[in-house]
Amino acid sequence: MEFKDYYKVMGVARDATEAQIKQAYRKLARKYHPDVSKEKDAEARFKEVGEAYEVLKSPEKRAAYDQLGQRRPGEEFRPPPDWGSGFEFSGAGPGNSTYSDFFDSLFGAQARSGRGARGDFHPDRGEDHHAKVLLDLEASLQGGARTFTLRMPEIDDEGRLVSKDRTLNVQVPKGILAGQQIRLAGQGARAPGGGTQGDLYIEVDFSPHPLYRVEGRDLSMELPVAPWEAALGATVKTPTPNGTVDLKIPPGSHAGSKLRLRGRGIPATPPGDFYVVLQIALPPANDDEAKAAYAAFAAVLPFNPRASLGV
Amino acid sequence: MCHVEERHIVEFVEEGVLNVVEVRSEWHFTGDALRRARLAVRLERDLELNLAGVALALDLIEELQQLRRELEAKR
Repeated sequence: MEFKDYYKVMGVARDATEAQIKQAYRKLARKYHPDVSKEKDAEARFKEVGEAYEVLKSPEKRAAYDQLGQRRPGEEFRPPPDWGSGFEFSGAGPGNSTYSDFFDSLFGAQARSGRGARGDFHPDRGEDHHAKVLLDLEASLQGGARTFTLRMPEIDDEGRLVSKDRTLNVQVPKGILAGQQIRLAGQGARAPGGGTQGDLYIEVDFSPHPLYRVEGRDLSMELPVAPWEAALGATVKTPTPNGTVDLKIPPGSHAGSKLRLRGRGIPATPPGDFYVVLQIALPPANDDEAKAAYAAFAAVLPFNPRASLGV
Repeated sequence: MCHVEERHIVEFVEEGVLNVVEVRSEWHFTGDALRRARLAVRLERDLELNLAGVALALDLIEELQQLRRELEAKR
């Protein structure tokens, strides 16, 4: 397998102090943490940095690692047979992260025998799994069945972590909001030794909708209206999440005016509202009559939209 | 990863990371509590943040996501 230069990964010298290593980790962790990072390969880099820190922060692991000497990263490598003897390692590090083959070959065996000391180990119940899916908004507006394919990590018969694709048919509850969860009981991990199966939690988010913008339980939409409809008021047909309605535009409306239709947002409890935001659309001036109409309009109405700019 | 101690959740509630409604001396959580709790645990663990830091980070992350959504919509 490939040799990993943990010092290079963390950007520290081989004789860096513990304080320097910790500082380097803090900065890199903030930079690449998948929940906050804007970097493209954040998750992979974060795992890499976490693994490097796991080794370099522990005096025992670091000393054992240093024994391997300096090599070119990516170089083919096998640990020498007597490597690591005389060192004692405690269990492997943070959460669910899978370490590289390189790490496992050095610290894996000892780490596995130390595992289970992480406290919250429930051998009689399989772990819960979590997934995130993108739903079309209609699924929440009407409720209904949706089919997803999820990539789930699983322990195979040899104890290795593999990714398996699962197709699930899920009943989406009407009125569900982004950030909420759908719980599928018994669809999580099998318990080692055959206890109750864990649950699968699916976190919901909405894919962008062609018409509506989602904000919590409220929906909003931009509605184009003619200048006279806004200025003089009018009743116009408007699409809403539950059908077309006749919308009364008050006289004296302008661009950006917001009209609220109560209770016509996402059908949650309580239901959200539907906001129509007016956009003034100009009739095109592409024939003589239209041009004449515009000219007459301009002549009759003294109007400087730039007055507030002092010009 | 999923097994967080009760005491930890109580700390989250006390710090305002999670909101609860008390119904007949039972705590009921809002719908987004699970997502926030998991994120809070990840931030604590991965970035070694203390509780106050986690609370601030969560609020800022949500604000950022909201702003990014609004920006996307105006594109």
